[in-house]
This record gives sequence, C-alpha cells and structure tokens, in this order.
Amino acid sequence: MVLNGVVMVLMFCGLVFFTGGGIGILRFPDFYTRLHPAGKLDTLGSLLMMTSVAIFNLHEITLSNALTSLKIMLIVVFVFISSPTATHAIMDAGVRAGLRPWEKGMPRG
Amino acid sequence: MIEPASRESSQVKTKWGPFVVTFLTSFGLWLILSGKFDYFHMGLGLISCALVSIFSGDLLFPGGLPEGFLAKAVGFIAYLPWLLYQIFLANLHVLYLSLHPKMLEKINPQVIRFQSRLKSDISMVTFANSITLTPGTITLSVSVDGDFKVHAIDDKSAEGLAGEMEQRVARAFRED
Repeated sequence: MVLNGVVMVLMFCGLVFFTGGGIGILRFPDFYTRLHPAGKLDTLGSLLMMTSVAIFNLHEITLSNALTSLKIMLIVVFVFISSPTATHAIMDAGVRAGLRPWEKGMPRG
Repeated sequence: MIEPASRESSQVKTKWGPFVVTFLTSFGLWLILSGKFDYFHMGLGLISCALVSIFSGDLLFPGGLPEGFLAKAVGFIAYLPWLLYQIFLANLHVLYLSLHPKMLEKINPQVIRFQSRLKSDISMVTFANSITLTPGTITLSVSVDGDFKVHAIDDKSAEGLAGEMEQRVARAFRED
C-alpha cells in the first residue's frame, strides 16, 4: 500500500517534468533555448520514472526482481552520461553552422 | 637506490591498473545483466571480460591509471549526491521558466566565457557534463587549457556558474 503510494507520487512527478519539457520545447524562442528543456528536464523525469518502476518491481523481494531493478537503474546511469553529451553535440553543431543565438528583444525564431 | 624500485612499481601500476579496473567494471556489469550465477555462465563471463580487458583495457585509461586513482574515485562518488541535488533544484527552475506565462521577459539567453583552473582531462569532462546536466546552462565548447564557453538561459543560471561547482569538482579530483 505505502509502496504503491510512493510509486504513484514518483511517477506523477516524473510526468510533470516530462510534460514541462514538452511544453518548454514548444514555447522557448529559438534552437538553443529549446535544447535546454529538451535535453535536461528529461534527465530528472526519467530518473523519477525509472526509480518508481524499479520500486514497483520490488513488490516481492527476490534475487531476480532485485536484478531487474538494478538493470532499470542502469538505464538512468546511461541516460545521465549520454544525455548531456548529446545535448552538447547538437549545440556545438548549431554553433559550427553559424546559427546566431536568440537574444532579448528579438522576434521569436 | 630508491628510484628504480619506485619506477618499477609505477610500471606495474600502469601495466595492470587499467586491466584490473576494466575487468572489474565489465564483470560487474556482466553479473547484473546476465543474472545467472552458475559456473558455466560465470566462467563465460570471466573469459570474455578478461579478453576484452586485455585487448582494450588501455582505451579507458590511455597512459595508465592517474595518480591516486582510488582517492579520486571516492571523491567522485562523494560528489554525486550534491550534483543530484543541484540537478533537482535547477530542473525546478527550468520547469518554472517553461510554464511561466511571461516567459520571454524572464529569460535572457547569453553566451558566457570563463577560464577554469581545472587541469586534468577527466575533471574538465566532469565539470563540462555537470554544467550541461544542471539545466539553464549548456557547455558549448571547452579548450585544452580550460577555456569554457557556456550558453545560459537566464541571469540566475549564469551567476553561479564558475563558483561552487568548480570548487567541488576540483576537490573531488584532488586538484585544489
């Protein structure tokens, strides 16, 4: 019972961050600012979601369930390493292509 | 008289250190991912992890293990909880920005340059990835001698950039 409550709260928070990320991608003015919510609200969102899934999987504590939860947490580790790297690579591609960043007062790009 | 011995021990360290660390990492991952603890599967894992470590152990640490590897690893692990806390705070901030009705007045995107005092590759990579992980700031480029270019989304994220996080990374990798 308590476990299910924790799982629900974590999953709801994860959904809030994912939704915020999606809305942010649509609302921010240009390429560079849109990458901020795209690349990073996802990391905390997936951390919360995956933690909740891993906890839900532990309803019955056995060795195989614990291993499955460990694998789920490994997904988070890999996201935390690859997500900033990918975001930086996309940003760098924009800079190399010569796209100018949006500044205050300019029209939405 | 002491020098040859110490050189020898450091040679042993550069020769076997990368192998041991790569082997332990890959074998730990093997155990978690296979989930079978009988002799046959563990034996397969031992053989394949040993082969991979022999052939590509020097990919992970070109030029051998850095000085004081264990202390640095412990320092890095001790740095992670603080980083998670910062990620949480900064995520809330970007969430607030992206849902704010007058968002265009709140944000002030800018590119900041600063000189970092970090020296080694691994600490600069950690610092750059930490900057990108905490929302509001993304690393655009890092030069060899620690010249950072960072894109920040508003004034608040831009302020605290080169301060506490850099100190903590430096402390984690024993560079202060």
